[in-house]
Amino acid sequence: MTRQMTGAKMVVQALKDQGVDVVFGYPGGAVLPIYDEIFQQNDIRHILVRHEQGAVHAAEGYARATGKPGVVLVTSGPGATNAVTGITDALMDSIPIVVITGQVPTFMIGTDAFQEADTVGITRPCTKHNWLVKDTDDLPHKLHQAFHVATTGRPGPVLIDIPKDVQFATGDYVPPRKADTGHYRPRLKASRSEIEALAVMIEQAERPVFYTGGGVINSGPAASQLLRELVDATGFPITSTLMGLGAYPASGRNWIGMLGMHGLYEANMAMHDCDLMIAVGARFDDRITGRIDSFSPGSQKAHIDIDPSSLNKVIQVDLPVLGDVGHVLEDLLKIWKSRGRKVKKDALKKWWEQIGKWRKRNCLAYAPSDKVIKPQYALQRLEALTREHDRYITTEVGQHQMWAAQFMGFEAPNRFMTSGGLGTMGYGFPASIGVQIARPDALVINVAGEASWLMNMQELGTAAQYCLPVKQFILNNERLGMVRQWQQLLHGERYSHSWSESLPDFVKLAEAFGAKGIQCSDPADLDDAIAEMIGHDGPVVFDCLVEKHENCFPMIPSGAPHNEMLMGDAAATDAIGAKGAVLV
Amino acid sequence: MPVLQIKKGASRRSAYDLRNPNADGEERHTLAIVVDNEAGVLARVIGLFSGRGYNIESLTVAEVDHQGHTSRITIVTTGTPAVIEQIKAQLGRIIPVHDVHDLTVEGPTVERELGLFKVAGTGDKRVEALRLADIFRANVVDSTLESFTFEITGTPEKIDAFADLMRPLGLNEVARTGVAALARSRVEPR
Repeated sequence: MTRQMTGAKMVVQALKDQGVDVVFGYPGGAVLPIYDEIFQQNDIRHILVRHEQGAVHAAEGYARATGKPGVVLVTSGPGATNAVTGITDALMDSIPIVVITGQVPTFMIGTDAFQEADTVGITRPCTKHNWLVKDTDDLPHKLHQAFHVATTGRPGPVLIDIPKDVQFATGDYVPPRKADTGHYRPRLKASRSEIEALAVMIEQAERPVFYTGGGVINSGPAASQLLRELVDATGFPITSTLMGLGAYPASGRNWIGMLGMHGLYEANMAMHDCDLMIAVGARFDDRITGRIDSFSPGSQKAHIDIDPSSLNKVIQVDLPVLGDVGHVLEDLLKIWKSRGRKVKKDALKKWWEQIGKWRKRNCLAYAPSDKVIKPQYALQRLEALTREHDRYITTEVGQHQMWAAQFMGFEAPNRFMTSGGLGTMGYGFPASIGVQIARPDALVINVAGEASWLMNMQELGTAAQYCLPVKQFILNNERLGMVRQWQQLLHGERYSHSWSESLPDFVKLAEAFGAKGIQCSDPADLDDAIAEMIGHDGPVVFDCLVEKHENCFPMIPSGAPHNEMLMGDAAATDAIGAKGAVLV
Repeated sequence: MPVLQIKKGASRRSAYDLRNPNADGEERHTLAIVVDNEAGVLARVIGLFSGRGYNIESLTVAEVDHQGHTSRITIVTTGTPAVIEQIKAQLGRIIPVHDVHDLTVEGPTVERELGLFKVAGTGDKRVEALRLADIFRANVVDSTLESFTFEITGTPEKIDAFADLMRPLGLNEVARTGVAALARSRVEPR
């Protein structure tokens, strides 16, 4: 039985059939028929953002909080091009997003019509897949295929471009189970021989480390559970990328902290000195590996990933395991247990002693102050005062992002949303809106820098309109802190355009949008101010004036291996000594 | 004026490791890619090569199964073994791609290219062109009193050799199809 309906109605029907309850969007000429259908129903809630980039980031936040695909609806031309940054962000971080764009009518495509852009051409390299649908009868198939592709295998953003005449025309609607979703069926289970080989490696390892990433979280909550079980059963240390924080709890016995460019000393040293590295849903990003030819030179490496192109892309591994993290960990646990749960206990004990020595470096130490708020201190207090809450953290991009990763503890997956791959300033605020929509009763905090936050501050209107109690915790150093840090350490202290001139009064700005503004500059007032922020039932912009010249350490300068980290003040002085070197 | 003078090891002054790990050890591979014949599929494949900085030496594409709407794209590319593996994996990620075959490593292959050569000349040169075409088993597909158009099929090297010979004899225009290739004597499951 088929049902006749317009293309516009098909869009709404397909969203309902796919279990979508929220759409983030912004109307315009080429999507008016779809907006007309949205107006005439109550099952799908539409959140009106203030900029299309915000719509995509909000959808990303929603997707990362729920594990469901985020849905975006924008118009043709500028609506689509404004969404490109968000789409690219979702591609880099493997976030399932379905973007629906309006397009000029089919007979006007190619005429440089008003608000025409080659949307599928522009978004081809930044989507997992995209479609221009020229026939209303194809539309239901493509809509359902879009959800299939976005959520299957390595997740990612997809885009469906729908010309206005296709929205108006009538065709046969097809429900999801009858739709032609194409031949895309990625392999989820790894071969038994690969998993047995991995079990043998685990049994023989003397200095092992789990290196886990966003793939664990993308694989679903069960994968995080299995990871915890495996890590605790083997007693192996575990580190994680920025994207994977929370899959293993920060309070867990075997947690050694985040690794990478601003990761913990003990985590990076363990990566460098290990004899077995088990990469789980992580992709050896350059912020993780540092110098490739000195990366963990003495280790055997196993790599579990669902994407064949991630295997052996950057680092040649000894055992690539192609499959979904959850499936692979389940089989691995079963096989390792059935083989007798063997590990080299004595060697492990020594390895943990070594890790304990590295821990004693206390790499996150900073010079405290009772006169000015240190950004690290602000986050320590935020962590302490919100730890017991049902809490979600988003971030913008820069120093504050790294400090958030270092000083906030994540106990569960899907609780930390940050732009890892693309490094999109302006991500965190709209993402926090998406998270709050998904989790209306939770405490949602965007840890921000003032410069990043200003990039999408128009979304204060969205937060106010929907009474979303998102907390914007802005570490205001009046600088592009990470740029300033690189300029200090690597560009001879020439601070080219890295300070924030003409900043707004954030309290007045918040009030102008009907939100609450709080400013704090004295460490002694900080706890009360944070409590006031948490206690306010509505959006809050918290202007936390912090030390202006604090650097984020530890730090692996690019091109350096893991065991050559810059540590705090002393190391920084040495790096500044390189002033005047040839700059590239 | 050199824009960037990047010395080896200078990468410590940058946010990225600037040394090129792919500087040596390049190989040539012929890839056969079976794709759904849908709008934009060729752009996806080509965009992958340009976007990720891979080489295309030759590319041919045509629908090979009209009922199943599948096309076969044959690409000759160069890269280090790691880059070739990465190209294959990246091609495999494209949603309308069914199969990626690396004909260079999957066993013996037959590779053929078709060339059309217009050679203009009179007298001895004209006769010599015709004689060489005969040796190369090229067919005359068009002729005027001043020119021949030859059709030649063979490996790219053979066509290169023919072009070299025709050049002093009045080679006027060339059109080449790029390589089409099949694995030898291995029957693909259907």
